[in-house]
Amino acid sequence: MSKPSNLRKVLEAGHFAVTAEVGPPRFADFAPLRQKAELLRRYVDAVNITDNQSAVARLSSQACCGELARMGIDAVFQVTCRDRNRIAIQSDILGAVAQGVRNILCLSGDHQRFGSDPQAKSVFDLDSVQLVRLAADMTRGLFPGGRKMEVSLEAYVGAVVNPFADPVDLQVIKLKKKARAGARFVQTQCVFDLERFSRFMERVREAGLDREVGILAGVSLLRSAGAARFMQERVPGVTVPEEVVRRLELAPDPEEEGVKICVETIDRMRNVKGVAGVHIMAIALEERVPEIVRRAGLFPRPDPAGQALGPVSCREGNRVDQG
Amino acid sequence: MIIAQQKPIKDIAAMVSDCRKVALIGCAGCVTVCLSGGEKETEILASAMRMMRRLEGKPLETVTFTATRQCDPEYVDALEGLVKDVDAVISLACGVGVQYLAERFDKWVVPALNTNFIGGSRVHGVWEEKCGLCGDCILHKTGGICPIIRCSKSILNGPCGGSQYGKCEISKDVDCAWQLIYDRMKKLGRLDKLMEIQPAKDWSTSRDGGPRRAVREDVMIG
Repeated sequence: MSKPSNLRKVLEAGHFAVTAEVGPPRFADFAPLRQKAELLRRYVDAVNITDNQSAVARLSSQACCGELARMGIDAVFQVTCRDRNRIAIQSDILGAVAQGVRNILCLSGDHQRFGSDPQAKSVFDLDSVQLVRLAADMTRGLFPGGRKMEVSLEAYVGAVVNPFADPVDLQVIKLKKKARAGARFVQTQCVFDLERFSRFMERVREAGLDREVGILAGVSLLRSAGAARFMQERVPGVTVPEEVVRRLELAPDPEEEGVKICVETIDRMRNVKGVAGVHIMAIALEERVPEIVRRAGLFPRPDPAGQALGPVSCREGNRVDQG
Repeated sequence: MIIAQQKPIKDIAAMVSDCRKVALIGCAGCVTVCLSGGEKETEILASAMRMMRRLEGKPLETVTFTATRQCDPEYVDALEGLVKDVDAVISLACGVGVQYLAERFDKWVVPALNTNFIGGSRVHGVWEEKCGLCGDCILHKTGGICPIIRCSKSILNGPCGGSQYGKCEISKDVDCAWQLIYDRMKKLGRLDKLMEIQPAKDWSTSRDGGPRRAVREDVMIG
């Protein structure tokens, strides 16, 4: 239970990291989560659990991460500022880490206006920079305000950045603040506009931030042109260029085209200086992730999120998976 | 000033449906300026309610008065004679005025307005929220633009990932406060001021510290 963060190990060893995301169910059963995590365990370095993404109430991120830890899978616990004040956040971090979770990803959280409960009162006691600091302080044995913890906690603290949000100068400054506050890895918003992403990475390198944090480029799997349009119009902060939409529109098998776009994007990301890995967001299509990782040439993983059960090894050339 | 808007008349009428005589008390303060509870609005509401009740076959008697301020005991005291024989008092002040009336008179006191926010007027007929009443002003750090109330997530350290084309993720009609802060700081040549990490805010000076009270002993009498 007290294994260190696998993601940290992979990034610190200089390997190109691969993580993927799983959205928890809207009911009280770990079964779908377990099933998706099983599919992913040998193909990624860590599995991310979203925290009531899009402000839709779901099985709690903390509980799901605990379940992953019990399955022996390195989990990334997403924590937003929208639903909890600093007291609840400290408590949830303690809860997650006590269950064996070793990565904490700090976010603001989507506004509740478009979620399952638009009438809800939001919290935003802390912002994401302050949340990073709180989590990082806890790894140094400090509660907010400097009070000492009896036992410090072991966790790898991360944050997010959106290269496609405005104003770009402030997005870079905010990333710098997150690094200074103690973030050690950073996930980006889904990358579809590679030109704009490259320009953003130039700014990141100029600021030396790629040397301070492991930057995981967000890669998303789109199943259709409709899904692409939905993302462009309805998901805050996502930009899907028209040419991507057109490709999906014209493709005989749009989902396969989506996989292709995903694999191409990963290829491009591997050549962008300062990108330390990818974070694959295959919303409701998690079963396609093994194939994407394989086609991108990123399998086997140097250190999979969870060792496979049974006598399956992950040596080069191993073909026992069903991907 | 405090910005308030009138409730739908049927909601106000429902609060006093069992009354035969009511007093409608306007306020000459903020709600007069934002055109929701001044003398004019008080008279219009009274006459609309009388008409409504006449049509229902249950005539309503009204008395009206607009107090200098409902948030000050000396002006509330002056209403004593007026409210003496009414079944209910309808206050057209903000929530403060309603409570001052309710505290002073043993009467059924109801609100005619919804109190919305602290703000100002942009153009005639448009009011905007500007202050979050946090009790520890930080406007000197953000170029005179308040992120606590004007950013939908009250972020103190820069824009979230939902800021695009100068707008907030909640609506294309809402400016991103951090875009505004950025534009202004850039114009003033003070972008460097935004580099500093703003620590977690002490919300105890805000409503989170419990109901607040301000005391100035130097101006107290007796």
